[in-house]
Amino acid sequence: MKKIFLFLTIFSVIFASGCAMSSALEEKESSDGQNSEQNETDVVKVGILHSLSGTMAISEVSLKDAELMAIEEINNSGGLLGKKIEPVIEDGASDWPTFAEKAKKLLQQDKVATIFGGWTSASRKAMLPVVEQNKGLLWYPVQYEGMESSPNIFYTGATTNQQIVPAVSWLLNNKGKKFFLIGSDYVFPRTANSIIKAQLKAEGGEVVVEEYTPLGHTDYSTVINKMKKVKPDVVFNTLNGDSNVAFFKQLKDAGITSKDVTVMSVSIAEEEIRGIGGEVLAGHLAVWNYFQTTDTPENKAFVEKYKEAYGEERVTDDPIEAAYIAVHLWAEAVKKAGSFEVEKVKEAAKGIEYKAPGGTVKIEGENQHLWKTVRIGEIQQDGQFKEIWNSGEPVKPDPYLKSYSWAKKLSKNDE
Amino acid sequence: MSIFVSQLFNGLSLGSIMLLIALGLAITFGLMNVINMAHGELIMVGAYATYVMQLIFSKYLPESLFNYYYFIAIPISFLVASFIGYLLEKGIIRFLYNRPTDSLLATWGISLILQQIARSIFGAPNVAVVAPAWMDGGLQIFGITLPYKRLLILTLSIVCIALLYYYLNKTSTGLRIRAVTMNRNMASCLGISTRKIDSLGFALGAGLAGIAGCSLTLLGPIGPTIGTYYIVDAFMVVILGGIGGLKGTIIGAFGIGMLSTVVEYSFGATMAKVIVFAVIILFLQWKPLGIFSYRTRALD
Repeated sequence: MKKIFLFLTIFSVIFASGCAMSSALEEKESSDGQNSEQNETDVVKVGILHSLSGTMAISEVSLKDAELMAIEEINNSGGLLGKKIEPVIEDGASDWPTFAEKAKKLLQQDKVATIFGGWTSASRKAMLPVVEQNKGLLWYPVQYEGMESSPNIFYTGATTNQQIVPAVSWLLNNKGKKFFLIGSDYVFPRTANSIIKAQLKAEGGEVVVEEYTPLGHTDYSTVINKMKKVKPDVVFNTLNGDSNVAFFKQLKDAGITSKDVTVMSVSIAEEEIRGIGGEVLAGHLAVWNYFQTTDTPENKAFVEKYKEAYGEERVTDDPIEAAYIAVHLWAEAVKKAGSFEVEKVKEAAKGIEYKAPGGTVKIEGENQHLWKTVRIGEIQQDGQFKEIWNSGEPVKPDPYLKSYSWAKKLSKNDE
Repeated sequence: MSIFVSQLFNGLSLGSIMLLIALGLAITFGLMNVINMAHGELIMVGAYATYVMQLIFSKYLPESLFNYYYFIAIPISFLVASFIGYLLEKGIIRFLYNRPTDSLLATWGISLILQQIARSIFGAPNVAVVAPAWMDGGLQIFGITLPYKRLLILTLSIVCIALLYYYLNKTSTGLRIRAVTMNRNMASCLGISTRKIDSLGFALGAGLAGIAGCSLTLLGPIGPTIGTYYIVDAFMVVILGGIGGLKGTIIGAFGIGMLSTVVEYSFGATMAKVIVFAVIILFLQWKPLGIFSYRTRALD
């Protein structure tokens, strides 16, 4: 009897570790296999570098899926300059030095034409010196805190003036002047909040409390208590990752609903809502450039394809869309350049327009960000957004906030 | 005034959460001396067991019963987690007693494997557990709101402690567990099957982690990596409380809970972490064995 148990246990452990390994092996096999079968000249390699394990896997796995889908679309319609695109997938493992190391591996060993990757600003900042030194190219698909514009990076997510700044103006006009700032304790929330504070000072708002909690923090009772005491009009939420789940669940338990105070979030999209529950979040707001419900013909086709490829229960959201269009924008630039060379692609990319699911986008040559439409949405019970405001037209990216007089001090400090 | 009272309650509530996550570890690490890095993943198993129960209730059973799924989920998550704990003990850990560094590495590996299994089964993103409607809202008292969920967790931790205390002190199996952990050779000479007791003890500790996971679904995220958020706190409580008994764990849990909430209110959450760690380190300088140290007759 005991021996059977032992056998079963060992078997199950081996099986389990096999499962864990298999995904890594598959990647290897696929790239090795194709190398031997196909001639090197028929394929062009691109790197996909996201966290497929660790705390950020929750968000980044879907980006990988969207990028693979875009690559498949391009391959199915004849490839690029007569070559098939071959993705080389690496796992950044939610660990910033790993991102730098894998980016180096992709550029030096695999000699990829470009990398699509990253989520957190820390991962981008880890990859930045690597792509610059190796004269590589990186497409970074997530909204971020701005104050950066590397010649070797294209930013397909929103910068601050396409997300945070318009959201703050909208809140001041529609919800009230007293702001409560809550964020995770790292670079994005701290930079975002210093921008919000400068903007509020200039536009007549007031910050009553500014709170930071460590990444992965799970107890928000004290923060909520403070909120009850100061009674803000608006909570501006820059928490990231799992903390959002704890924050919103506990906010609801404390009897605070969206009628009492509006929470505006910048890191909660459809994917995150699934893990929190629509009924917990209903009525609260988020600001993005794309929602799954955005009404464009391109989006209808995109959502349908994505669900068909990865399952009916999957949802699309802003970073997923940005990752998807990153691949297509790169392909457009390559076609225009007639070459995979980084410098030529960069030159050709300037001013390219693309009908994205979230509306028309355009690559701004000056800083390699995108012109994007800003959208504010209200979360519904079913976990989808109802758009309540949009900017009407694509907003010009301004990562250093040069066109805002109140932001002069900020960009000086950071440069 | 009302802020003071509600902060007091928050401290108690955080303490009860700490207690629940540390209770299982107090047995596996405190009593049995296994540095169990997979404790957090056993919490995760409990959380996913609750999620699955919720799915079963919402899909296959009449809606009227959905309100009660949570009461079934508690024993189920205990059973599932303790079964997995039992398998781990039988398959791996029993070969590693008295080799603490090996067990540390082996259980760390197990924790990664369990995380990956969860990711393969349930997917990498978080899942949502819908709490029954009656748990929404809270008790209005002295002008403050005490959320029902937090009251439930507080009650649950008290019930767990009471049952565990009864089990370890009043039943013969419980006494055997304690006898083996105090002096293995002597207990074995007296005819106690130490192997059986070991697996029983480990399964019990794992099951308690499962209950902790079940209760955490009410407050926080449910994903493959949730164990990593709680494992450090759990070890902190057990080490502060003193290895070898439950009394220290209880005092350690509520002490850390209270201290964190008080410090967090004035200095913010990041500083609270720093200060709590500093206080614990200083305390351990003064009392290296924790709040309560237990003398055993074992020759070690």
